[in-house]
Amino acid sequence: MAMAMSSRVLALFFFLLSCSYLGLSLYEDQVGLMDWHQRYIGKVKHAVFHTQKAGRKRVVVSTEENVIASLDLRHGEIFWRHVLGANDSIDEIDIALGKYVITLSSDGKIARAWNLADGQMVWESFLPGSLPSKSILFIPTNLKIGKEDFILVYSSGILYAVSSVDGEPFWKRDLVSEGFDARQLVYPRGRNVIQVLGFSSDTQFGVVEVNVNSGELLKHDKFAFPSGFSGDISFLSSDTAVALDSSREGLVSIRFSDGVISFQQAQISDLVQDFSGVAAILPYKLVEKVAVKTKKSVVFLEVTNKGSFVIVDNVDVTAVLSDSLPLSEGQQAIGLMQHEDGNIQLTVKLSSDWSSSLIKENIRIDSHRGKVQKLFLNNYIRTDRSSGFRALVVMEDHSLLLLQQGEIVWSREDGLASILEVTTSELPVEKDGVSVAKVEHSLFEWLKGHLLKLKGTLMLATPDDIGAIQKLRLQSSEKNKMTRDHNGFRKLIIVLTRAGKLFALHTGDGRIVWSVLLSSLRESETCKAPRVLNLLQWQVPHHHALDENPSIVVFGRCGSTLDAPGVYTTVDAYTGRELSSLGPFHSIAQIIPLPYTDSKEQRLHLVMDTEWRAHLYPRTTEALTIFHRELGNTYWYSVEADNGILRGHAAKGNCVLQVSDEYCFDTRNLWSIVFPPESEKIIATTNRRLNEVVHTQAKVVADQDVMYKYISKNLIFVATTTPKAVGGIGSVTPDESKLVVHLVDTITGRILHRMTHHGSQGPVHAVFSENWVVYHYFNLRAHRYEMSVIEIYDQSRADNKDVLKLVLGKHNLTSPISSYSRPEVVTKQQSYFFSHSVKAIAATSTAKGITSKQLLIGTISDQVLALDKRFLDPRRTLNPTQAEKEEGIIPLTDSLPIIPQSYVTHAYKVEGLRGIVTIPAKLESTTLVFVHGVDLFFTRLAPSKTYDSLTEDFSYALLLLTIVALVMAIFVTWILSERKELQEKWR
Amino acid sequence: MEAGSCSSGTTLLTKLLLLFISFSCLWTSLASGNGDGYTITGRVKIPGTSSLGVGLPAKVSNVKVILNGGKSVTFLRPDGYFSFHNVPAGTHLIEVAAIGYFFSPVRVDVSARNPGKVQAALTETRKGLSELVLEPLSEEQYYEIREPFSIMSVVKSPMGLMMGFMAFVMLVMPKLVENMDTEEMKRAQEEMRNQGVPSFANLLSGGQRSD
Repeated sequence: MAMAMSSRVLALFFFLLSCSYLGLSLYEDQVGLMDWHQRYIGKVKHAVFHTQKAGRKRVVVSTEENVIASLDLRHGEIFWRHVLGANDSIDEIDIALGKYVITLSSDGKIARAWNLADGQMVWESFLPGSLPSKSILFIPTNLKIGKEDFILVYSSGILYAVSSVDGEPFWKRDLVSEGFDARQLVYPRGRNVIQVLGFSSDTQFGVVEVNVNSGELLKHDKFAFPSGFSGDISFLSSDTAVALDSSREGLVSIRFSDGVISFQQAQISDLVQDFSGVAAILPYKLVEKVAVKTKKSVVFLEVTNKGSFVIVDNVDVTAVLSDSLPLSEGQQAIGLMQHEDGNIQLTVKLSSDWSSSLIKENIRIDSHRGKVQKLFLNNYIRTDRSSGFRALVVMEDHSLLLLQQGEIVWSREDGLASILEVTTSELPVEKDGVSVAKVEHSLFEWLKGHLLKLKGTLMLATPDDIGAIQKLRLQSSEKNKMTRDHNGFRKLIIVLTRAGKLFALHTGDGRIVWSVLLSSLRESETCKAPRVLNLLQWQVPHHHALDENPSIVVFGRCGSTLDAPGVYTTVDAYTGRELSSLGPFHSIAQIIPLPYTDSKEQRLHLVMDTEWRAHLYPRTTEALTIFHRELGNTYWYSVEADNGILRGHAAKGNCVLQVSDEYCFDTRNLWSIVFPPESEKIIATTNRRLNEVVHTQAKVVADQDVMYKYISKNLIFVATTTPKAVGGIGSVTPDESKLVVHLVDTITGRILHRMTHHGSQGPVHAVFSENWVVYHYFNLRAHRYEMSVIEIYDQSRADNKDVLKLVLGKHNLTSPISSYSRPEVVTKQQSYFFSHSVKAIAATSTAKGITSKQLLIGTISDQVLALDKRFLDPRRTLNPTQAEKEEGIIPLTDSLPIIPQSYVTHAYKVEGLRGIVTIPAKLESTTLVFVHGVDLFFTRLAPSKTYDSLTEDFSYALLLLTIVALVMAIFVTWILSERKELQEKWR
Repeated sequence: MEAGSCSSGTTLLTKLLLLFISFSCLWTSLASGNGDGYTITGRVKIPGTSSLGVGLPAKVSNVKVILNGGKSVTFLRPDGYFSFHNVPAGTHLIEVAAIGYFFSPVRVDVSARNPGKVQAALTETRKGLSELVLEPLSEEQYYEIREPFSIMSVVKSPMGLMMGFMAFVMLVMPKLVENMDTEEMKRAQEEMRNQGVPSFANLLSGGQRSD
């Protein structure tokens, strides 16, 4: 009862605190105070320079994150940027008319033109085709239809001539019906035709000529080559090509002019010494040269006038080339980048004169950037009228560098645009106390700062003062220190990117503290095509073991298939040093962090392989002893979404293998839930965060009643839908689709709650916290998105509110909670409309779980909305009673409010939003939020306001002023009273 | 105005065409060459920006139009028009993502039986649209506006209250004391003298006694 009362008071207290602030809000001058926002573009695929006759030199890039961006060539900053849709990947980019950027995306089906200066889309053109094929974008110069400039697009078997001014197609020519596969478009000078070169069939090389003005097919010459082609082809000039034959062991030179063609074949083994296996023609756009990649090297070949091959050069297989760059006087330059023990070497050669190089530079590059993956070359005219070169380089870690005169001019860490996993680490504890002298020195500054702030709050500040205030706030070096702080605001956010690189970001300003390209997860002899899987905490030293550094573990897989061998590596969280690594070993199907740690605070992990065997890590005898002790209590579940099966597992004795392995355990299947494949398909599963803290199980409701939350770590939320409805909105009618949600206990496989939403469909985004699940789905009948909440309460404890029983000890509060005890649970549910599509949902988490919760909703417009959990309370009614109002129940509305001030991202967008991570701070009221996508955003939230600390806005100066005034008043009154007393006495 | 003029065989409509076609009809046209796809064309109109030409403010160039929760994403042309191509018949949802504005999602029905016929309605207000012109329901202000300096805000703050109380004690209390009866005053002074100077400890013990 007392507990109920106290929590009631607490609840009331929080209600009073938060009732006036339903959303958090921010003043505009507070931007950047506790948040930071970083903009990225992703791994660059194509780059086009725009440096001639341009005031602002820029480079336009397209990336694997479907971003088209214009970068400042001097500093690498983004001028403008657009993130295209998720399945609208960019195939080609180029600049037309010197003012438009043309992009070709979705396999060439969509052509768009963007204004080069400001990024405004000028036109968009849909170019449908039937046959998927490589798309080609060709922007001829000095070629007009009528008076208009045009561009040529070959997309899905159809050649289009599109106006470059408004995107209107002038004509189109279907080449699929001709059975033609185009590879190159050529505009021969002085003729009014477009030559299309390609393959007429597997064994025929073809040349198609099309009238420029009408698109009329003039002729189609086919030339049979009996050995057949593999498809690799490179065009050396307008009348010479080199192709690979169907065996991939021979090269064919093709020379064609005026309908006459000559093939000449050569075996690669005759040209290259000790050649074995197959070769590939590298897809660079080179002039007069062809680059052939064999197993050991990259070979440059030239074709003589007679069609025979001449080897020009032979470089290492890791060498990277640029496309040919036209220089003045018809010369062509080719850039070549080679690795030389830690350095990279950039060589630029003239295509016509391979023996000498224009420049040869050695550049020292941080080894944690890996190898060069792409090179884009650009030239400029030096003051002595010779050519200088800049090179834009894409590295293995997806970073982008601009090199000039052997120096790195700028670099961008664009690997951060593709974060896969996030974890955090505490910073080291400050060793030495802050020196007193330092405090005294800064006392005056500190006071001055607060005086300025006071001026600001009193609206007396001049614009200069406001500037100074802003600067002071941003500079407050306190938040950027490399040590642990009292409030737990300063942490390291450790992120794993798709490139296999780990970054540690400081929460204060988002700077990179360290970064490491994991050497054990890089391409090597033992590990081909590695992929990173997961990032987990490995060792979190106890508060008192301060001399030890925490460490994290990264799991990866060598190859893209599920049964590929796995590897793992542990990394020091303070320095980024790789501590140890293991593998390749068995396959990795699932990684389960166990709730046990050994004496060194190392967490135990179970790794499932595809044959249902569990492997224990770390492989120490101590871990083994601990695990043997807990063997009977170890349960886990697996979700097979494709087959619609949920399974529960438990470990049993050691594996029976030919080579005995005491760290390997056989598992047994405890239960399975099979969803009928014809009616239900799993589209989403969510579980509670393992480290979530719940303050109290009891929830005091109106009329001094208590409800007991059913809090179990072994619950999962599963959403299934009709298989037909998986296709998304617009693919089904309401009658054809239903959404079923389940709450399943993962120990027993018991379904605690099941609920059907008729006429609804996915995608479902859900968050599970404490005893509630909130999920977002689409209601087809209303044609609106909905959010539902399920709260689950333990009914078996409901009788405990009788005082007499508590006194007599006849309560079951101390009875252990077990999944096997079949609790009587009650669920409450309510649904509301929500306006936007959602990309991710998370719930705030605090250190003790006392603070009320907020939902963080990543909307389709790449913003994050904070929504109080009280809006999603199944006990909301239309007319709450006075008692319920006191408790904080909001009157029921059919839709959830969207208050612009409660966007935690305020005026920023986190483009390509993928995930929201919340991290509790040490201060109970506060939670840290990290949002990642193509952009990164970090902020600090206080869902019930900072009730346990003064806000940044708190005016110490005003407090000081008041105290001084009070003290003065005391003295004045004292003197006055003394005087009066004296007068009385004299009377 | 008739369906016929809408389902003209072109995929893309020139600006010229847009000017000439009646505004009462939604511009949806059959995608040529591909039997199952339709084109939805509409327009985003943000008040305060000119309807034609390049007069869009910088932040409007970042407006995205999203079909079916991200299935396809398109951008606005300088005149505010957008189109989705190759959309199958059915009921679809269009959302507009623009920083600073709140747009209602729009339900768009593309009819298979009646090619080119499109019906649209705002899902927030259930208001039908005669043409696919999307306007923001409201502007979004992401920041709290700082209240201009007022005496009241200072008075209301804890420090202000302290000062106020002090002023009250200093200025009003003596007045109250003066208004008291001289008899009562004397009695009170007497009492005080008997008790001696009230100390904090006395006060505390007194508090305990009275409990």
